[in-house]
Amino acid sequence: MIDDLPFSRRELLGTLGAGLLLPESAFAAPARPRVGGRIRVAGMSSSTADTLDPAKGALSNDYVRHFMFYNGLTELDRHLIARPALAERIESRDQTTWHFRLRRGVTFHDGAAFTSRDVVWSLLRHKIPATGSKLATIAEQFAEVTASGPYDVTIRLIGPNADLPAILAQSHFMIVRAGQKDFRTANGTGPYLCARFRPGVRTLARRNPNYWKPGKPYLEEIELIGIPDEVSRVNALLSGDVQLINAINPRSTKRVLASPRHGLLETKSGLYTNLIMRQDQLPTGNADFVAAMKYLIDRPLIRRALFRDYATIANDHPIPPFHPYYRNDLPQTHLDLDKAKWHLRRAGIGRARLPVYASTAAEGSVDMASVLQEYGSRVGLNLAVNRVPADGYWSTHWMRHPLSFGNNNPRPTADLIFSLFYKSDAAWNESGWKNARFDRLLIEARGESDQSRRKQLYGEMQGLVHHHCGVGIPVFISLIDGHDKRLKGLYPVPLGGFMGYQFAEHAWWEG
Amino acid sequence: MTGGSTASGLKMALILAGKRFASSLLTLFLVSLVVFTIAQLLPGDAAEETLGQSATTQQIAALRHEMGLDRPAHERYLSWLGGMIMGDPGQSLVANMPVSEVISSRLPNSLLLAALTALVAVPVALSIGIGSAMNRGGRIDRALNIFTLSMVAVPEFLVATLAVLVFSVKLRWLPSIALASDDMSWGEYLRGAAMPVLTLSIIVIAQMARMTRAAVIDQMDRPYVEMAVLKGVAPIRVVLRHIMPNAIAPIVNAMALSLSYLLGGAVIVETIFNYPGLASLMVNAVTSRDMPLLQACAMIFCAAYLILMLIADVTAILANPRLRAQ
Repeated sequence: MIDDLPFSRRELLGTLGAGLLLPESAFAAPARPRVGGRIRVAGMSSSTADTLDPAKGALSNDYVRHFMFYNGLTELDRHLIARPALAERIESRDQTTWHFRLRRGVTFHDGAAFTSRDVVWSLLRHKIPATGSKLATIAEQFAEVTASGPYDVTIRLIGPNADLPAILAQSHFMIVRAGQKDFRTANGTGPYLCARFRPGVRTLARRNPNYWKPGKPYLEEIELIGIPDEVSRVNALLSGDVQLINAINPRSTKRVLASPRHGLLETKSGLYTNLIMRQDQLPTGNADFVAAMKYLIDRPLIRRALFRDYATIANDHPIPPFHPYYRNDLPQTHLDLDKAKWHLRRAGIGRARLPVYASTAAEGSVDMASVLQEYGSRVGLNLAVNRVPADGYWSTHWMRHPLSFGNNNPRPTADLIFSLFYKSDAAWNESGWKNARFDRLLIEARGESDQSRRKQLYGEMQGLVHHHCGVGIPVFISLIDGHDKRLKGLYPVPLGGFMGYQFAEHAWWEG
Repeated sequence: MTGGSTASGLKMALILAGKRFASSLLTLFLVSLVVFTIAQLLPGDAAEETLGQSATTQQIAALRHEMGLDRPAHERYLSWLGGMIMGDPGQSLVANMPVSEVISSRLPNSLLLAALTALVAVPVALSIGIGSAMNRGGRIDRALNIFTLSMVAVPEFLVATLAVLVFSVKLRWLPSIALASDDMSWGEYLRGAAMPVLTLSIIVIAQMARMTRAAVIDQMDRPYVEMAVLKGVAPIRVVLRHIMPNAIAPIVNAMALSLSYLLGGAVIVETIFNYPGLASLMVNAVTSRDMPLLQACAMIFCAAYLILMLIADVTAILANPRLRAQ
């Protein structure tokens, strides 16, 4: 897989400033892929909002679609390290001005050659409000994107950011043809051609015989549909109507494992559902109250009962244990009713009824709230679980009450997680905490190219969030895919199910 | 049966149809107003739902402006109404294509599903209803009663889920999802639609059969039936020739209700079998706050209901000699 890239791994890692060296065997494929085969894939989302516009991608099926039809300047491997894709070479001295040398000889599906014009268009369109880009806030970092030649692009940022290659690997920043505004069909450089696209019904992708990665992709045809109902999705897999599905409920894993023809793919991810304690409201803004709530969370119970052990215990900060920047010397918070009681007494809220808002929109939150309520009653805390509808939860309840639940998807970099959800002035600073030191560290880490120093900075930030921030993160939820065993070449990528939505390029069919 | 009575029956039916048409327009208008008002009460709008959790205020404002959602509600409603009168249901806010195009890809699926179900359900329901009425109190009647009552009581998601478990997961005879794509053959379509039709039929048959039985039994106690029986008319002829014309009105009414349910109420079956029909499209329009699409769906369901009811009334008039002669 990595062998066909025209540069050495050492050179690449050096240029990117990424310090993680991996054993060669991590990339060795167990079997030789073959070309051919048609599969049908069912994701969990399907609606009229389905889109072929990478900038608008909102749900898992959109991401899968975009990774089939388009390429980014970079792509993330299974360890979330950015590698050049449509860019051949990436250079930066100060992490502010970045130079990208583009790959030559790549063509769009309509036959047009891929040049720097396309890159400039694709990146700058995120800054136009009418595009409706999901990553407009991140694109604000681009001070200037200019073409210095047909195969040279320079991106100047408003401040140093060592993560730019990882940011550009997100499906939203994939490259469309210069001038493209209408997305009724997809014209990208990706491994599949868009044969048919009906929003809310299906997407039909055919193998791109002229794909620029030699030999890839392998599958002849992929039909992508959405089956929002989880039971129906699992049934469709078991009955052989589809060959790959995502978002299996831990309760259904037994059914899939019982079938000799099907297998599970568990992806340990950074996805979490968190308890939000608003710091600008009472009583949740009280530091003792926050500490008490963190002591009230029975993490092993939540992992076992809610997620059937398809989860990783978390420690009230958003960096999962498998992350390169994870800090492993922070003491793990345990369920401790005595300490919780002591902190609650200091917080002095007595028997006042305290509503906690939960919804199926935030996965597992209703059950987490019930568990909290139960332990709360043992220490004299009167929690009332307010279960509200999933529809409209994010606009009406999330972060609007002293106690509510959030649900955050895995992000490709630590910087994105911290900037989006923990920076004092972030729009989704869920608990509304303010920590000047944290903000300073965040900016410093962003521009830092030395890996060990970076790890140290992110480690300190994890400590600050763990000790002071008004969020309780019980577990990181694993993502579970189910597949026909004849579908080969699947491996987990921590960004999301479906191999971080990129299975189409790597999977092959043996049947 | 004289020519005069048929002609006057037809005339009556036409007058009724004309009056109904006028009142239908009023009903549609009122329904659109109600749907629009209630939809305004939902939290969030299409711009917020489209941009999702990760939107900034400026982004939302920009998209709102582009979608025209920054105009006052009454203005939006009036411009929608104006378009509708000209026959243009507008542009879907979320799918970025004309509403007519979105609907035209789903409506045939829904109509086909409803038609197939009706084709199966109506004859079966009529036979069950009439058969059990004729054997009132007998063993067949009791058996059919238990069957229809339990089917009315069983929720359709249970029937659907059990059918999937048995026929597709265990036996692997039928596909568990109904994929209606434009390039599939009729055989493939029928295979895929078999279980949705089966599930819907079971629900609808039970309701229709119970109504049929009740209507027929209601007539059976009338003196004219006793008269016919005393005259020595064969039981089957009593039912078909004497009772049915009088019982047809409530039966057709029940059928019209069931059929309109097949169009708009099939959302559970559509969800379980992933059938791309109109009902799930409407649910979609609600969750994404896509007002033009929601309004168009509501109009279609309402119109279908009104048309079916009209057909039921006209049938009742034409089938009943007494009403015909009036």
